[in-house]
Amino acid sequence: MYNKGLIIPGLIIFVLLVTFPLWFNAFSKASAVPKPDLPPGGEKECVAPLAVIRASHMALLNEWRDDVLRNNDRVAVTVAGKQYRKGLQTACMQCHSNKEKFCDSCHAYASVKPYCWDCHLTATDVAKKKETH
Amino acid sequence: MDKQRRKFLKIAGATALAGISAPVVVKLTSSPALASSEHGEVAEHGAATHGEANQAEGHGAEQAPQGVRLGMLIDMRRLYGRPDLLEKAKAACHKVHNVPDIGNTKSEIKWIWPAPFENVFPEHSSYHESKITKENNFLALCNHCNEPPCVRVCPTKATFRVEANGIVAMDFHRCIGCRFCMMGCPYGARSFNWKDPRPYIKEYNPDFPTRMRGVVEKCNFCGERLALGQEPACLEAVKEVGAIVFGDLNDPDSEIRQRLDEEHTIQRKPSLGTKPSVFYIV
Repeated sequence: MYNKGLIIPGLIIFVLLVTFPLWFNAFSKASAVPKPDLPPGGEKECVAPLAVIRASHMALLNEWRDDVLRNNDRVAVTVAGKQYRKGLQTACMQCHSNKEKFCDSCHAYASVKPYCWDCHLTATDVAKKKETH
Repeated sequence: MDKQRRKFLKIAGATALAGISAPVVVKLTSSPALASSEHGEVAEHGAATHGEANQAEGHGAEQAPQGVRLGMLIDMRRLYGRPDLLEKAKAACHKVHNVPDIGNTKSEIKWIWPAPFENVFPEHSSYHESKITKENNFLALCNHCNEPPCVRVCPTKATFRVEANGIVAMDFHRCIGCRFCMMGCPYGARSFNWKDPRPYIKEYNPDFPTRMRGVVEKCNFCGERLALGQEPACLEAVKEVGAIVFGDLNDPDSEIRQRLDEEHTIQRKPSLGTKPSVFYIV
């Protein structure tokens, strides 16, 4: 092989450069899977099993929205003996009051930007208004 | 050869004739049924006009009501001389629903508001109006029409009539902010969020969402409060004088129906045929 001394180191450098994102993320903290904070109130039970919530909480929210707004089905959901009104604000965020440490941790990781909180209020929003007035 | 062509033309002619006359034959054979149904309709119509002399008012002459149709009766007589109560009703509603107070009429958001007689009832003459109508404001809000024009024009079905209770509701998630509904609504009951409403809300009600820029909003007859067994916020605010009655217009035993049976009531712009569910005693 001609120019062995140039080609082989060149190839090695090329492969290293191309795979840079892989090994960089493997050794850096950037890839740490987010660990959302559990409800501050210490609730252990959710409206559905963990796997279902993780995979399709957005579908559930859409269903609830249509039930409440369109189908006039406002039947409360009961979790661990406590009743919640269907809805992001009235059910989910009653326990998960820490949106910044719960919702945002995964959404930021997955780079999804749901517009729920353009309208729905978080505990922080409500507290902020109370401070200024 | 010649004979064959002759035969062909004859057959073709006969077929064409049969084809043309087929609809006529069908119509003739089915005519008795048609005639009888037409006759029935006419009879029904006649009865309706006979029974309801005041058909233009839009109160009666409706088809047999089905299901629940929530409605409101505002007894203005109990609110005359009490502008504070009108403001109280407005404030209560707007607080419960996180309605911003923007402070100028161009971009204001209103679910329920006091307005002069000629604005609320433009179809009723206000020529030589009485002192009481001149000096008092009247409560205006979404009429939750039985034939809501806003619902007809909404291209995304973001606003719709809830069949279970007759409320004309909105799904803010779905509103694209085209404002067709604001053109459609003859009562000006809809407001558009020209800007982010949040800075203009004094205090949040954590039980209800706010809105975002670019959606239309209006009174929802307190659907979320009714679900909790509560009464509409405006009704509760003026409870001390009992000026507002709320209930099922289709239930002959409901309080609102009994009041409607007793008293002469008016609706806003009845001639438009929207069949409002909000009634007034003025």
